[in-house]
Amino acid sequence: MSKKKMGNVWIFIEQDGGKIADVSLELVCKGTELAKELGVKTEAVLLGSDISGLAPKLHEFGCDNVFVADDPGLRFFTALPYTSVIVELIKAHKPNIFMFGASPVGRSLAPRIASTVLAGLTADCTELKIDSFEDKAANQVLPNKLMQIRPAFGGNIIATIVNSWEDPQMVTVREGVMKMHAPVPGRKGEVTKVAVKLSVEDQVIQVLERFKEAKSVNLKGAQIIVAGGYGMGGKDGFDLCVKLAEALGGTVAASRASVDAGWIGHDYQVGQTGVTVRPRLYIACGISGSVQHRAGMAESSKIIAINSDPNAPIFSIADYGIVGDAKDVINKMIQAYKGGS
Amino acid sequence: MSLNILVFAKQVPDTKNITGKAMKEDGTVNRAALPAIFNPEDLNALESALQLRTRYGGKITVVTMGPPAAANLLRQALYMGADEAVLLTDRKFAGADTLATSYALACAAKKIGKFDVIFCGHQAIDGDTAQVGPQLAEKLNIPQITFIEEIKDVKDGKLTARGIIEGGYEIIESKLPVLLTVLGTANTPRPQGARRIMQYKKAVTKSELAAKHNGHVYEDANPIAEEEKALRAKNLWIHEWSASDVDADPARIGLAGSPTKVKAIQSVVLTGNKGFVSVPATEAGVAGLVQELVKEHILS
Repeated sequence: MSKKKMGNVWIFIEQDGGKIADVSLELVCKGTELAKELGVKTEAVLLGSDISGLAPKLHEFGCDNVFVADDPGLRFFTALPYTSVIVELIKAHKPNIFMFGASPVGRSLAPRIASTVLAGLTADCTELKIDSFEDKAANQVLPNKLMQIRPAFGGNIIATIVNSWEDPQMVTVREGVMKMHAPVPGRKGEVTKVAVKLSVEDQVIQVLERFKEAKSVNLKGAQIIVAGGYGMGGKDGFDLCVKLAEALGGTVAASRASVDAGWIGHDYQVGQTGVTVRPRLYIACGISGSVQHRAGMAESSKIIAINSDPNAPIFSIADYGIVGDAKDVINKMIQAYKGGS
Repeated sequence: MSLNILVFAKQVPDTKNITGKAMKEDGTVNRAALPAIFNPEDLNALESALQLRTRYGGKITVVTMGPPAAANLLRQALYMGADEAVLLTDRKFAGADTLATSYALACAAKKIGKFDVIFCGHQAIDGDTAQVGPQLAEKLNIPQITFIEEIKDVKDGKLTARGIIEGGYEIIESKLPVLLTVLGTANTPRPQGARRIMQYKKAVTKSELAAKHNGHVYEDANPIAEEEKALRAKNLWIHEWSASDVDADPARIGLAGSPTKVKAIQSVVLTGNKGFVSVPATEAGVAGLVQELVKEHILS
């Protein structure tokens, strides 16, 4: 059996109007780590219209090469033309690992590509690392495989998943999960232009109208976060978290349960299906602390958990725990802070 | 206009409502103790299909892949208003990842033959992958629109819908046939109709009918075949298809057709309280904590 040369680590670069999504840069940073460990290159796959100016930034973040497919037909993401272009690239260059942001774009595009090239795809990974895998069914040990780690089954288990078929090993990763490094100004790399020929069949979907607004809140950058969960009991209870956040000069956030209950918008949701945060202080009020929620805030510097249930899992990662009625504790906290400063 | 509409739905363990009874003594989840429910966003998919049929006319076929008990999901779909139901069941389908699942579902769609619009829920609550919809679209070589919140209209062989994008939305138009994945925010699924429940609670699959006869083999007359004929005539027959019924390639279904393998499963054990500073929920306790945080410059 001839030993095939290992393919490179690829990152799909999501951009809109010439702005690269944060998640793509985070994945470039993670990709450079994985590529270094495997002794291969990090390459970006950039599609859009009038986007060739973005390549230098990707080089500075660590890409050795950027595939650029620049065509007016690729201005807005639609699944078919993006899939066609990328599938051709995969067939020609055979990447080892291919990462996508778990955004609406990534979660529409990655499965379509995986289905076309018959690759394994794991959604919403929270951790990626290289290890060997013993494929018992095929009775062989595969070295240097990508361990794709994610919560599953409603967050009650953490699964490590491996693609046992041919490369690429494909994953989606949510924004904020991987850390962004500082770019290296002036770092240079290659650019590979990709010829784009879109077929009529590729263009059966048209974007007629588009509405976008800047995110109303930047949880990722917040230093103090007061997050309210279902235990706040209602909108009125949740508003106490808003009051505490205001008093402390912080930002309010929420668990999925509070968002689902309609107490606050989805932009404020922390966790696996929301934003991942790393504030200086995270106060979890009435949040039981499912794995999904903890995945989004466990790296906060200091965590205060307030919950009436002493067995709530949130306490397992807390620095300070207060067992009691969250509303009552919040009121006391506002009082204490205002009184003391 | 009359639309042929397919809805793909999944029966899932109710992972959102894990009660004490579903927890084992070691703190892990006892999956067998979880009730099987209609995947929530698949109900939204069915509701979207029902609304589309109200506007344009047509027929809705609901398809699910799962164990024989997934016939319960199909009956629920009939209670809500579906016209026909298909159960894809075979031990050979077991252990499928999203790629093998979408292949099997595509085989079923091809056997059904005619479809203009396919609805899937955005994602299932047991896996949260949202992958099967787009993969099914690819297998059928039709376009997909994902993250759908609203169907605008269908005309001139095109469907227009509003879908969510990062920080906003898009109005997208696609040629038919098209596959749509529907979000939970798209609509409120209707309740099951009382009259429909009375009517369709008698709907059965081939296996269920056989079980009713206790596996009895009749020698002369065949009451099972006659009952099937009568049920079919009354539209109370839930189609039950095996892997060979849908011409599925054995190498592409179940575990064999799944590139992703689970290397390890770690149950999340709810550990006891340890390693944190316990602060009493009293005025003095909270004030002390606030003072400490200010002193450490965590609060300013």
